[in-house]
Amino acid sequence: MKWPVRVLELVGGAVTGVLEALGRFVVLLARTLRGLVRPPFDLRALVSQVVRVGVDSVPVVLVTAGFTGGVLALQTFNGFARFHAEGFVGSVVALSMLRELGPVLTGLMVTGRAGSAMAAELGTMRVTEQIDALVALATDPVKYLFVPRVLAGILVLPMLVVLSNGVGIVGGYLVAVRLLGANPVVYVDNTFQYLGMEDLWSGLIKAAVFGGLLTFIGCQRGFDTTGGAEGVGRATTAAVVSGSLAILVADFFLTKVLF
Amino acid sequence: MTKRFGAKVVLDAVDLTVPVGESLVVLGKSGVGKSVLVKHLIGLLEPDAGSVRVLGDDLWAVPSRRRDELRRRFGMSFQEGALFDSLSVGENIAFPLKRHTKMTKGEVRDRVAECLEAVRLPGMEAKRTSELSGGMRRRVGFARAIALKPEILLFDEPTTGLDPINTDVLVRVITELNHRMNPTMVTITHDLSVAFAVAERVALLDEGRIRADLPPREFETSPDPRVRAFVLGDSSLEDARTAPEEVSP
Repeated sequence: MKWPVRVLELVGGAVTGVLEALGRFVVLLARTLRGLVRPPFDLRALVSQVVRVGVDSVPVVLVTAGFTGGVLALQTFNGFARFHAEGFVGSVVALSMLRELGPVLTGLMVTGRAGSAMAAELGTMRVTEQIDALVALATDPVKYLFVPRVLAGILVLPMLVVLSNGVGIVGGYLVAVRLLGANPVVYVDNTFQYLGMEDLWSGLIKAAVFGGLLTFIGCQRGFDTTGGAEGVGRATTAAVVSGSLAILVADFFLTKVLF
Repeated sequence: MTKRFGAKVVLDAVDLTVPVGESLVVLGKSGVGKSVLVKHLIGLLEPDAGSVRVLGDDLWAVPSRRRDELRRRFGMSFQEGALFDSLSVGENIAFPLKRHTKMTKGEVRDRVAECLEAVRLPGMEAKRTSELSGGMRRRVGFARAIALKPEILLFDEPTTGLDPINTDVLVRVITELNHRMNPTMVTITHDLSVAFAVAERVALLDEGRIRADLPPREFETSPDPRVRAFVLGDSSLEDARTAPEEVSP
């Protein structure tokens, strides 16, 4: 075969592959969105996923938020001290946590914990024919597997972010006041002085979107698994990588829209 | 029907009819596409060309709701059982009953116990699926498949990888289910002893086509070299190429 034909074949094959994957993704997304608004809903499955995505993620989210708030206070305190603006550290920590770091870091941590677990679980179900068994039992696997997980992500991420914000602010306070000797009254005053409800809401909207994104991508990667145990490993890695990237990209556009 | 995966034609214009109440066994070498064939029968795979007609309906021409109604008339047992890991044995069998019937909790419990009796695993409801051996997993898979009292039963490699004793137990269970329920049955296997124990008709899938489709006794004595190679387990006979239509049954 002549090389130009070969090159064309390779390029054509790659383009077709990408379009096929994109098509499958869009179809799955549409089926999931339809499932999210169409009853019946499996309340038991939803509660179970809320526990797995939310409750089980609390420790890792709290540790991340606490240390992030602390580091933020440490960095800004030293910087602000150069022009005697240490009093504003509380504001910076609170605004950063509510508007940006709370939702994004929580989203990334939950992607690593729950998104990867979903990809591994659904991937294993795929390679052991459990998903085929669902279809054979006249059960829509998207409604049964995706909907409770995605709904749990959308509901739980904002709650985790509220926790994360609180612990981040406390972490910042402890570092600034206890470690660096900032005035506690001034610090607390400044923390809340420049905060508005829109800061909280915008962070929570981001969190709900991230929750939907990371759970859907985790499920989709698992659902499309091929190739046995190795395929499950690939799907798990892909769920973390693409889930994290999706959160960072969505964060940019949401920030642009919300602020 | 025809099915391709990439450039490979797995099913090449396969034409197969199973009359109501008959037990058909499809034999074939590993990797020849037997599971692909059985997955088409219940709509897990869609043919690239041709159609699959079930109880008068073209599976891929009807709306998805109707396709699901048809699937409820099937019971399928998968190669390794395909039991849901997150559920107990009892919950696995109760799964289709809870989703597709209005049975009370007590009725579901009774039906689960009945299905477990039928596969010779009474009182196993509370076991986790991870505690089961390979043979037990298959039998729980059978129990789940018969829970809705289906008219059509599909068995995908029911005995592959099992020891002779477990194989015998499974063959007896399949035979008993056949006598008790009189379903239309399609069994996919490469095990001749299983085939001749449960079949009323035996087909050989070979190189994407149905090479032979005969009653068990005639299949066993068929002069077709590909059939003989399979029956005798002699690969050297495969090389004697004869088109299926040239062989008189």
